[in-house]
Amino acid sequence: MNNLSEQIAARFGADALRETGHFPDTVPLLSIPRDGFEDAAILMKKAGARLAAQWGVDETTMGRGFAVIACYAWESDYLLVRCETPRDDPTFPSLTKKYIPAFRFERQIESLMGLVPTGHVHSDHRPWIKFEDWPADAWPLRKLFDPAQKMPRVKGEYRWARARGEGVYEIPVGPVHAGIIEPGHFRFQAMGEDILNLEERLGYTHKGIEKRFEALSWKDGVRLAGRVSGDSTVAHALCYCRALEALCRFEPPPRALWLRAVLLERERIANHLGDIGAVANDAAFAFLLYQFSRLKETLLRLNRRLFGHRYLMDRVVPGGVAVDLAPEGTEAILAELDWLADEFERLITIYDLNPSLEDRVRTTGILSADLARDLGTVGFVARASGQPLDCRVQTPFPPYDRFPPSMTVLNSCDVHARVWIRVCEIRDSIRLIREFLATLPHGEISAELPSPSSCASGFAVVEGWRGEIVYWLQAGGEGGVNRCMIRDPSSVNWLGLEQAVLGNIVPDFPLCNKSFNQSYSGHDL
Amino acid sequence: MLRILHQIFRTGVVTEPLPEQVEAEVIMVGKRLEEAIRKRFSRSLVIREVDAGSCNGCELEIIAMNNPIYNCERFGISFTASPRFADMLLVTGPVSHNMEIALKRTYDATPDPKLVVAVGDCGINGGIFGESYASRGGVGSVIPVDAVIPGCPPAPADLLAGILAVVTAGNQ
Ligand code: SF4
Repeated sequence: MNNLSEQIAARFGADALRETGHFPDTVPLLSIPRDGFEDAAILMKKAGARLAAQWGVDETTMGRGFAVIACYAWESDYLLVRCETPRDDPTFPSLTKKYIPAFRFERQIESLMGLVPTGHVHSDHRPWIKFEDWPADAWPLRKLFDPAQKMPRVKGEYRWARARGEGVYEIPVGPVHAGIIEPGHFRFQAMGEDILNLEERLGYTHKGIEKRFEALSWKDGVRLAGRVSGDSTVAHALCYCRALEALCRFEPPPRALWLRAVLLERERIANHLGDIGAVANDAAFAFLLYQFSRLKETLLRLNRRLFGHRYLMDRVVPGGVAVDLAPEGTEAILAELDWLADEFERLITIYDLNPSLEDRVRTTGILSADLARDLGTVGFVARASGQPLDCRVQTPFPPYDRFPPSMTVLNSCDVHARVWIRVCEIRDSIRLIREFLATLPHGEISAELPSPSSCASGFAVVEGWRGEIVYWLQAGGEGGVNRCMIRDPSSVNWLGLEQAVLGNIVPDFPLCNKSFNQSYSGHDL
Repeated sequence: MLRILHQIFRTGVVTEPLPEQVEAEVIMVGKRLEEAIRKRFSRSLVIREVDAGSCNGCELEIIAMNNPIYNCERFGISFTASPRFADMLLVTGPVSHNMEIALKRTYDATPDPKLVVAVGDCGINGGIFGESYASRGGVGSVIPVDAVIPGCPPAPADLLAGILAVVTAGNQ
C-alpha cells in the first residue's frame, strides 16, 4: 500500500473499499461514500498531492449507477478515489474549493455526463466543450445517448467574463486563427496594451472521441488514441496500450518496450525542435524557424524510411510495436543523431547569444511556481515553473527504469524557461536513444494480448513531449469498452496560459501561447 | 551576427535539388504547379487553411509544406490569415459540430470564384472519427468541395500534387 491510499484507508476505515478488478496494483482504486468525497480531497491536499484528473463514468449497463473518480498524484504515488452517484440523484460533492483544476474537470463532467457538482464555490455551471447551442440534456457520455444522432441546435448564449471601466476594451480572437493552427477562442480584456484578463473557450474540435472508443474494439481503439492529438500520436497510443496491458495484466516483450521508448523520444525531439523554431519566429527571428524546421524535417524523413510513417502513427500497438528496426536502421539513427547533435548545438548558441531574442523571451509570460502547482500543470510547462514532475522519472517503465532521464527544472517561469527545458530535453533524448539502441534486446516485437475480463479497469500515465498523459480504461460486462477516459496534458496546462499572460502586452500573446503550445484536439477530445 | 551568417552559408540552399525520388516528384509537380498558378492566378495562389476539427496531424504537414525543404512559396503558393484574400480554402479534419458554423462563415467570407480542397482522410469522410453527434464527417457534407487529398496525414508532396490537380482541373 502506498502513502496516499494508506491515508484514505486510515480516515475511512471499512468505508474505503478497494476495487479488485483494477490494475496495476500499484495504483489502487478506492471506493468511498459520496459524502466523504470532499473530505478525501482535503486529506489529499494536506498530503501535498495534486489532482491529476477527475472524470465521470456511466456504469448503468453493469448493474450500477454513475460514479465520479478523482485521480491524485504525489511523486510516484497515484491513487484513484471513486464515489458512486445514483441514477435518480446524479450529483457529487465538488472538489473545486480544494483544487482549482477541478472546476474545469467538473464543468466537463456536468456537460458531457450530466453529473452535477454541488457546493461549488463559483457555481460555474457554464457548459465546457459542450456548447450553449447543444440541447441541455445532451450528455453524450451517458449510455442512453445515441452517438449516431444529429444534434439539433438550440438557442443559447455563452456568458463571458467582462471587465468595465474607462479605457477597457475587449479583443475576441478565433475560433479560426490567423496561422495554420487549431481552432479555439480567446477573449482578452485589455487596457492600452496590457492584458487584464484572458478567457479561453475551447471545445471547437470536439469530435466525440471518448464516446467513439465505446463503439470500437480494444484493438482498433489504438488507432483512435493515436489521433487524439496528431503531434503526440506515439505518446497517446502508448498510454492507451499501457492502460490496456495493465487491464489485461500483460507485459509486452522487452524489444517492444525498448522500441516504444525510441519512438517516444523521437517524437519528443521532433516536436521540441519545431517549437523552439516557432517561438523564435514569433519573436521575429525567422532564421531559427527555418533552421529548426530543416532539422525536424530530416527526422521525419528518417521516420518514414525506417518506420513507414513520418509521425509514427499506428506503430505502437497493444502487445508491442508494429514495426521492427533492422541493424541498418540502428546505424542510420545513430548517424542522424550525431549530425543532429552537432547542428543543434550551433543553432542553440545562436539562440542563446541573440540579445533581441533574449529581450523578448526573458521575463515574458511568467507562470509563478505557486500557480503552476495550484493549477496542476504538468510537463515542460510545470518544469519551467519549478515543479519537478516527469512520469518517465517518477513512474518509469522499462527501459526508463534502467536509463533514467535527467529531469531539468527551472525557476525563471518565463517563455525562455519553457524553451530552455526543451533544449535540455532534446540533448537528453539524444542520449537516451543512444542508450536504448546500444542495449536493444533481441526477440519478438509483439505478443498476443489476452482478452480483458469483464468489468476490469486499467490505468496508465505516459510522459509525452507535452507532459503527463493519463488514460483510464474500463471493460464493460461483456468485456468490451465501457469507458475510455483521456486526460491530455493540455487539459490542465491551458489553465496556466490564462494566468501567464496577465500583465503582459497583447503583442506578446502569440509568443506566450507558442511557448505553451498546448493541444486543442487533445483537450477537446 | 557572424554566427548567423556562417550558419546560413554552411547550410546553403537546402530547398533543391535533392536526389530522392520524392524530391524529384516535388520538383516536377512544383514546376507544373508554378505554370498553372502563373496562368490562372496571375502568379500567386493564396490559400486560407481552416482546421474544422482535425487532430492537428494534417496541420503539421501543411506547415511542413512551408518549410525550407518543400518551400511551397517558390511555386507561387502563399497562406493568408484572412479568407477575404483567399483563392482556395484548404480544409482539414472531420467537421466538428462545434466548428460547422465557423466553417460556413469562413466559406461565405471567401470571395468567388473559390476552390475548396478537403485534406486528409478525415476531410474526405470523417476518417476514424466517422459521423456522429459531434462530427459531421467529411467537409463535403457542410460546404461544396472541389477536390480531396487523401492520406492520414497526406505528406507535403501529396499536398502539392493534390493542389496541382485541382488548379489544373479547371482548365479542361
Ligand atoms: S486525416 Fe489523419 S492526420 Fe488528418 S486530421 Fe484526420 S486523423 Fe488527423
